Amino acid sequence: MRLRRTMATMTGLVLAASLAACGDAGSDEEESVDVDVNSDAAESFEEGTRMRELADQGTIKIGVKFDQPGIGYKGATDEVPTGFDPQVGTILAASLGIAADDIEWVETISANRESFLESGEVDLVIASYSITDARREVVGQAGPYYVTGQQLLVPADSDIAGVEDVQGQEVCSVTGSTSLDNAQAEGAVPRGFDTYSECVDQVRDGTVAAMTTDGAILLGYAAEDPDNLKVVGDPFSEERYGIGYSIDAPEMCGWINETLEESFDDGTWEEAFNNTLGVSLDEAPEPPALDPCA
Amino acid sequence: MEAVLSDYDLYLKGFALTVGLVLVSGVASLVFGALLAAARVGPIWVLSKAASLYVTIFRNTPLLMVFIFVAIAMPRIGITFKFVEEIAVGDWSISAFFFRACVALTLYTSAFVCEAFRSGINAVPLGQAEAARALGLTFTQNMTNVVMPQALRAVVPPLTSVIIALTKNTSVAAAFGIAEATSAMRTLGNRYGDQVVEIFFFIAIGYIVVVELLALGSYALERRWKVASR
Repeated sequence: MRLRRTMATMTGLVLAASLAACGDAGSDEEESVDVDVNSDAAESFEEGTRMRELADQGTIKIGVKFDQPGIGYKGATDEVPTGFDPQVGTILAASLGIAADDIEWVETISANRESFLESGEVDLVIASYSITDARREVVGQAGPYYVTGQQLLVPADSDIAGVEDVQGQEVCSVTGSTSLDNAQAEGAVPRGFDTYSECVDQVRDGTVAAMTTDGAILLGYAAEDPDNLKVVGDPFSEERYGIGYSIDAPEMCGWINETLEESFDDGTWEEAFNNTLGVSLDEAPEPPALDPCA
Repeated sequence: MEAVLSDYDLYLKGFALTVGLVLVSGVASLVFGALLAAARVGPIWVLSKAASLYVTIFRNTPLLMVFIFVAIAMPRIGITFKFVEEIAVGDWSISAFFFRACVALTLYTSAFVCEAFRSGINAVPLGQAEAARALGLTFTQNMTNVVMPQALRAVVPPLTSVIIALTKNTSVAAAFGIAEATSAMRTLGNRYGDQVVEIFFFIAIGYIVVVELLALGSYALERRWKVASR
């Protein structure tokens, strides 16, 4: 009986240790973007709009990724998520008169972004959310606020130099994601995992040849472990990150575009970029051109 | 509707993989589980304790943990099962991912199979085994000729439940590199964000069909063995 219990404890410890090994990335302090919180913003929005409602209520729920260093990341011990997406969220909230402390960050994964917006679980989704026609059928997507492309993350000693080398090789990404679809279209064998961090582990352990998703996300992982990982190849897709909002509140599009435009002009967008994704780059890219609102 | 119709090969491939996982890990768990049950009721003390320890560990651990252990922790310490990719029949070979998923499912399911068999063995009156032993049959002969044939009849319903649970458990593999039915559902959901309800519905129908086939097979077995027993 005692032996059995000891064995069970040991198995538990081994499992716990293997889990703990997965979760200690990117909790470095990063600068947050410097924004003016417009305290009487509520007045500037018309009665009955969603923006007025949010400004009056003084809080906003924003869905971001929690597992993408540089984009949207929250370590086990962090209080708030870090990354480019949360900083863009801070800029948008500030224009409603909502301070960064009053934002409620909700984790959204790739598969639940539409349903969270539809059910009102979140007010905005800023979660490396590529703009597509199919998504625009069910939710609103304003932007893009950033344009990136799909690349490959491989072990530092790998021979893979670009997407043409992954024919017939196993490539991992998140189950059901567009990146995995694209990789399959390029002739790779798709291997889906629940999170990007599990996928990175597979690349490190050599069980898959490469990981693929948006270059911005891959750069974040490569920057954490430059001795073992590198990003290769030219982008083989174009992903335009948009800001998701409920399709029942079409008035939000105008406000989002206006606020983004302002942040492009006054340099807060560039500041947010340099604080996060831009750390490993020489200079921030040109802000993208926004899609007009319908 | 149109999502599943225009991408039906993704849908069918997903279920083909689900069925493949069920077949391979189902057969493996039945064999391994039967051996465990034999060890548990057998006369060798060490084997009996080892089998009961195995059941304690794997029946009490969530399947997801077993998967994480086999698919993420073991590759970390160098056990990747890559060697199975070398074994090829013609130009067909199984991937290490499929193999790892089957290992995880088998480890987990055989604990339940063992307990189902044990309940069947316990249902055979003790006098049967004693009589067989009095006739001079060895433990193995006793098991294969006297106890198991009678136990088997009693275990068909509980074993069917175990295999049905296994069928649904294969969905955990979606998060570990296997493009089975649940993974197909997520892919379709991502491609056609406006039709998620229909997609859920069609995937659910697929699972119901697979499970119903298993159940019908088990009813047929039950009927057949009932007649044979008269």
